[in-house]
Amino acid sequence: MSKKTNFLSLGLVRGVFAMLVGMPLGMGLVTLIRLAVGLPAWNAEPAWVVGGLVGAVAFMIGVGSLSDWFKLAAGGELPEHPAGAVNGWARYFNFTLDHKVIGVQYGVLSLLMFSIAGLFALIFRTELVQTGLQYLNADEFNTLISLHGIVMIMAILLGVAAMSNYLTPLMIGANDMAFPRLNSFAFWINVPSGIFLLSSLFLGGFDTGWTGYPPLSVRAPLGIQMFFLGVYLFGLSSILGALNIIVTVVRLRAPGMTFFRMPIFVWSAFATALISATATQLIALSFQMVMFQRLFGMGFFDPARGGNVLLFQHLFWFYSHPAVYVFVLTGLGTISELLPVFVRKPLFGYRWVAVSSLGIALIGFFVWAHHMFTSGMSEFLRVPFMYSTLLVAVPTGVKFFSWVATMWRGKMSFETPMLFVLGAISIFLVGGLSGPPNAVVATDLHLHDTYFIVGHFHATMFGGFVFPFMAAVYFWFPKVTGRMFNERLGKLHFWLMFPAFFVQSFGQMFIGLFGMRRRIADYDPALGFEQPNWLITIAGMVIALSVLIFFINLVYSTKRGPVAVANPWRSRSPEWLLPSPIPEHNYPQPLEIVGEPYDYGLVGSVFVRIPSTAVIEEPVK
Amino acid sequence: MNDGKAVMRANLKHFIGAGAFVVVLTVIGVLILNTDRLLPPAAAAQAASIDFLFSVEFKLIAFLFALIIGVMVYSIIFFRRKAGDTDDAVYMPGNARLELAWTLIPLGIVIVLALLGSRALAQTTRIDPQAMEVKVIGQQWTWRFEYPAYDIISTELVLPVNKQALLRLSSVDVIHAFWVPEFRVKQDAIPGGERLLRITPTQLGTYTIMCAELCGRDHAYMNAAVIVKSAQEFDAWVIEQTEAVSDDPLVRGQQLAQQYGCLGCHSTDGTVIIGPSFYQLFGKTESLEGGATVQVDDAYLFEAIRDPGKTIVQGFPNLMQPTTSAGLTDEQINDIIAYIKSLK
Repeated sequence: MSKKTNFLSLGLVRGVFAMLVGMPLGMGLVTLIRLAVGLPAWNAEPAWVVGGLVGAVAFMIGVGSLSDWFKLAAGGELPEHPAGAVNGWARYFNFTLDHKVIGVQYGVLSLLMFSIAGLFALIFRTELVQTGLQYLNADEFNTLISLHGIVMIMAILLGVAAMSNYLTPLMIGANDMAFPRLNSFAFWINVPSGIFLLSSLFLGGFDTGWTGYPPLSVRAPLGIQMFFLGVYLFGLSSILGALNIIVTVVRLRAPGMTFFRMPIFVWSAFATALISATATQLIALSFQMVMFQRLFGMGFFDPARGGNVLLFQHLFWFYSHPAVYVFVLTGLGTISELLPVFVRKPLFGYRWVAVSSLGIALIGFFVWAHHMFTSGMSEFLRVPFMYSTLLVAVPTGVKFFSWVATMWRGKMSFETPMLFVLGAISIFLVGGLSGPPNAVVATDLHLHDTYFIVGHFHATMFGGFVFPFMAAVYFWFPKVTGRMFNERLGKLHFWLMFPAFFVQSFGQMFIGLFGMRRRIADYDPALGFEQPNWLITIAGMVIALSVLIFFINLVYSTKRGPVAVANPWRSRSPEWLLPSPIPEHNYPQPLEIVGEPYDYGLVGSVFVRIPSTAVIEEPVK
Repeated sequence: MNDGKAVMRANLKHFIGAGAFVVVLTVIGVLILNTDRLLPPAAAAQAASIDFLFSVEFKLIAFLFALIIGVMVYSIIFFRRKAGDTDDAVYMPGNARLELAWTLIPLGIVIVLALLGSRALAQTTRIDPQAMEVKVIGQQWTWRFEYPAYDIISTELVLPVNKQALLRLSSVDVIHAFWVPEFRVKQDAIPGGERLLRITPTQLGTYTIMCAELCGRDHAYMNAAVIVKSAQEFDAWVIEQTEAVSDDPLVRGQQLAQQYGCLGCHSTDGTVIIGPSFYQLFGKTESLEGGATVQVDDAYLFEAIRDPGKTIVQGFPNLMQPTTSAGLTDEQINDIIAYIKSLK
């Protein structure tokens, strides 16, 4: 750093200050309007909602995300790819156009939200060790489980965006995303979103779970409006980010990179983006309708006023089921991407694996009502949704079989990223195989809303996102920082987290089968669930400890880790041709794609060529 | 490149080895995933077909888990890279026939599973025209059971054994869900209409109805007893209940306040649960939202029960739905008022 960075020169700080000014402005605006139409001046709910919206816009202005667009709107000219104005660590706290910086911003915010949501879980898990209420009252418990859910979802979406932002342009040989300014906007809108979500804690909380079903959500405290606002904003981020990925993948691939020569991760990022761009609107709509019912008395979900409580569930799950595939497809793509590198064999059935991602994305749109088998929707509808849901097993199965076939007769090595890949496969398998009993209506009548479901989706989330995400962080850590992480701490992280997760997940499924309901602050001591609950909590704490080790490793290695060699995993992917960390505009010359991405073991095969220089690929023996 | 058959021969040893892993793991899995031990005892006819399906699913899960994990663990043990070996492994980019097989075979399996599932679902919803109807009404955070045929209202669900009960579920406020783990089946009770659930209890005993859908603060405690009695005992219970109607309006009022869940929110000892306490309520002067004050007398209490949202006592949320008291006759409301008057 040449000059000392001034605190106020950080976009984040400016944004927060602007937000602090914007929120009272918005509240004042509502109060004025209320006075003008003759209503009592102060009403907390509309004041907070409008105050929040104005505050979010103020934040975006303060952070500098709108400056370029204002300039363009006023008829100004902008360079296509200006070099960054800020360098060093301050880049990460500012509006920036570099997709790699934005990727890291997403990743760090993701880990932060992940930790907060995990902390909530530790608190209510501690409450559940014993029957009775010891540390929390029922309202606090309900608020914590609700926030655990939604903050985790936000953390996962941020993690997905981190990976697809950092990796997609690199893997297709592009120098940035198609719309860098939109990209930065999509990241920064998450900051007010996170602030709103967490602020609900101080505004009465909300006792509805992250699903926010009316009529309960119509009767919930003010906190639920901040939850709606938060989801609204990160939903917007998801849609804009997805559009960017779609256009980038379609338009910016290097010459020679046909769709079937794209690294498999890009396929999954593409499939994920297709879902995000088209389904997210529905959760925003469903929450907006509850918001309007609360603010304006519109009776969308009030039977006494012609509304229907089930309508909400259809709208909500039309996004919230496909959302699950947003979370896991990226993770599964990471597994498929890393496995061949550590097995030194081609990804078995590359095209099948690639197309299976699109298959999952497509089928994912037709299964939403399996969350509603006991809801009281038309009874006959349960059968077609059972068929469509079970169909998801087919493309998912293709992935599992292809992974196992990739391992078959390979030359496997077990560095930390590979451990997390193998852990991810086995945990996602548990998540996947515990799916059919929920998909089959008859058995779901027992399982619905029990801890079996809790165990099932935590296995899909850990196997489909958390473990692959950690594998990705370890794998690309040398690329991002130019340094190696500590392998021993990495392995310790894995060997704590992996068994602890199985204890947690199997424990949850076990008590669920036996009759423990979801989302209960207390349980009948006669059921005998104290011991398993104690075990689940201990396992959760071990997971938290392992994540702490992970953080220590990241922070320490970023500063003190040994300098990484150019291509530590001997990967064929083009980003490893570049120096680490990668310079601002990625590739100095356009790449040329001349072969298949995963032809490990094929003598003389080449994937990427940089024209005018010799083949950079290391010689294949 | 190797042709398929040569690869197969070279792989034979490994196939047998990995196959052994899969078989052993399957056996262990089937032994662990024993539905007799993993599920609570079944106490309804509907549970039988569901439990059969569970056992089919769990065996399938055990096999598929073993298939993937067995081959994976075998590979981890036998296909390791030796230290210092920088060569790539054998080039095996794919095999269309294999891919087709592991697309089509799972497709067949899930279709069979869905067929079995549809059949089991049909069995759980099979209609007995002789079924006894019970209205099940959920409200934060109590259950009420009404027997139209006998004119009984109860806070416990009492059912005769081996006779189908047709439960008509509804809710007066938010979504609740009726679940008895021993009966397996579950159904949400929603505001705005009745939903049906059929249960044929097969075992005498007392079980617990649990609300399975998050319904607010005391969701965890929204339980009620379901008591399965023999036909004679059930008849005796019906007679006892129908004869139990007291001549004293105060006693009737107390029963109604319990059955209609009033006491879930309105305490009888002065503490505030959700709404104003009934204790020493009569005769009090309450200030209302909007500034007015009111003397609590018969007329006010009648109106407050019949139309709860009309006036709201200051400092309390407007949560009580008009549907809560829709089933009460004027006379019954007067009974409840008599009970409130007695709480001095």
